[in-house]
Amino acid sequence: MNAGIELASAVDSPLVALVGNPNCGKTALFNALTGSRQKVANYPGVTVEKKLGRLSTPAGRAIQLLDLPGTYSLRARSPDEEITRDAVLGRLKGETPPDLVVCVGDASNLRLALRLALELKHVGRPVMVALNMMDIARKRGIEIDLGRLSAELGVPVVSSIAVRRGGTEALLGELDRLLAALPATSAADWKAPDAPALRNAQREADRVLKAAVRSPGTPDSATTRADAILLHPVAGIVILLAILFVMFQAVFAWAKPAMDLISDGFTWLGAFVGSLPMPELLQSFLKDGVIAGVGSVIVFLPQIVILFFFILLLEDLGYMARAAFLMDKIMGGAGLHGRAFIPLLSSFACAIPGIMATRVIDDRRDRLTTILVAPLMTCSARIPVYTLIISAFIPDREVWGFLGLQGLVMFGLYAVGITGALTVSFVMKRLLWRTTAGEPFMLELPDYKIPLAKSLALGVWARAMAFLKRAGTTILSMMILIWVLASFPEAPAGATDPAINYSLAAMIGHALEPLTLPLGFNWQINVALIPGMAAREVAVGALGTIYAIDGGAEATQQIGQALVGHWSLATALALLAWYVFAPQCASTLAVIRRETGGWKWMWITFGYMLVLAYIAALIVYQVAAAMGAG
Amino acid sequence: MADSSTIALGEARVGFRGRISALDMTRAEGAGLPAPELERRLLELGFVEGATVELLHQGLFGGDPIAVRVAQTMIALRRREAMAIVVAAA
Repeated sequence: MNAGIELASAVDSPLVALVGNPNCGKTALFNALTGSRQKVANYPGVTVEKKLGRLSTPAGRAIQLLDLPGTYSLRARSPDEEITRDAVLGRLKGETPPDLVVCVGDASNLRLALRLALELKHVGRPVMVALNMMDIARKRGIEIDLGRLSAELGVPVVSSIAVRRGGTEALLGELDRLLAALPATSAADWKAPDAPALRNAQREADRVLKAAVRSPGTPDSATTRADAILLHPVAGIVILLAILFVMFQAVFAWAKPAMDLISDGFTWLGAFVGSLPMPELLQSFLKDGVIAGVGSVIVFLPQIVILFFFILLLEDLGYMARAAFLMDKIMGGAGLHGRAFIPLLSSFACAIPGIMATRVIDDRRDRLTTILVAPLMTCSARIPVYTLIISAFIPDREVWGFLGLQGLVMFGLYAVGITGALTVSFVMKRLLWRTTAGEPFMLELPDYKIPLAKSLALGVWARAMAFLKRAGTTILSMMILIWVLASFPEAPAGATDPAINYSLAAMIGHALEPLTLPLGFNWQINVALIPGMAAREVAVGALGTIYAIDGGAEATQQIGQALVGHWSLATALALLAWYVFAPQCASTLAVIRRETGGWKWMWITFGYMLVLAYIAALIVYQVAAAMGAG
Repeated sequence: MADSSTIALGEARVGFRGRISALDMTRAEGAGLPAPELERRLLELGFVEGATVELLHQGLFGGDPIAVRVAQTMIALRRREAMAIVVAAA
């Protein structure tokens, strides 16, 4: 296909915006209308996703369809809702205002949607209403008089069933009819409604609802039955924990074969490049910089795909809001939102999918708090470092007769990470967000729905692509920077020490020594921490290189023995404490930069973690040294 | 306006059914939002005078948060904010 022609036609075709309450099936409708002809980008400067798709009507009209973030009102309480407001009002810089606004409502739950529709009539653009999930409404005995509803609202109303083939025909037909003869846009007389205006609008919506909709008034019986168990104060939490257990079992176990395959693939590719005749420097750049660097990130793709499959599945089922409900009190104690639970738990696998998963948190401050503390959760990349140091320095004996001391130390490191995260979020909430402390937890609990495979697949696909794109740009450039630091200047001819000892990394390591001496870190440790920025576990290999041990992964035992010869126990413990808190992962920082839409929060994360790591290592080293372990 | 037959939704028990008789922000002193903003948010979620409410579920610790059906929609919120919703038992 010719990209130029495609672009030209896309610019000329009319823009239709989908607006609706959260959980109204708007995204399912968007997916049904556009299929795979959609792309997800970010609005400039903000973290809000911009979802734009293309479709053609039966009459052959090309349409651009914009899926806007769900909202109850144009009154905009979050960045997502601001985008919806500004896009609808045509206030976004560089974005064309929509030619037509489609207000999507859940036909089985129209009350709040009708109030939004009344509000949308004031934006000065042509508006129509699409009643989605008509099938569910009919099944529940809800009768909607479309003609009457249209007359009462004063805008065209059609029904749609996003999940059924042909379920969007009426909507497509109406789009054709409206776009063929668009009424002139009138001046927008919308202004943020105050409480009396909202009250009156809801009363008007209730009147319209009464006039046009006949409902037996009984709630969805399947949802009622399921909630009796799933929202039970005790059973609900037990089931939530069981679901999470399965989820993380899957993230670790199911992802393993695919991760091994990717890892082997990149190792093979590296070896292949290593066997090609080319200048040594170029070879090192490709092999150790590009291939090893990108490989160390892409290896997390299977975990990300599995994790997002579960997250989107639970979201589409309608369970995610329930999980937030069940965890709200526990998380709230630490100043976190109930929805922060899943992202933080995901961060035990890897902070990258965890930070990406914070998109389920609507409030910007709650989301930032969660992003900031997510890297404190002990991710799987810390495990090789912990294991190396623990097995080398902590005696393998039992305490209190049944607990292994090594396992106890490992558990302690996890516990310190969790405590640290909760403390930091608690402090942030009190100090940083003082102005609007205690953002209330108010959330609609939607009826349970059977998720649609196509919607799920499209969602997972979009996340995977977003991650790969990131690995290919920001993360790759960081990897190259780290490679440059570890490779230049090159070792002089006839050098006996490992090449890295002559590099910029070594110079930085030496320069930092006065700063790190109070932590018990020698310059060799400082040097190893630099390639460790690429991925935490790389520090293990780097230590091996610096202490001139060859042999790759099998050499872990030897590295351990070498470390015992070079380090004191206090140094080893201080390095463990450092690793709990230190911002030792360039990929995580890159993801924070992207997800928060700028450098500011990345540097704040880097800074606070560095300070915490320094203080923790300082205390551990000084106390241990004072007790004679120095 | 709060006579003996009305209570705050924030102090209702699971199983309570009734109607909203008023929104009174002065009752939700501990809420995390300024009064006008809290009132608008409650209205946007359908808490309007006259609407039916039913308290369906509550959390394990301190019975918080609560899940309430307002007309047809189920909403989760904390008791602290629900104090602003004055209800009369049906």
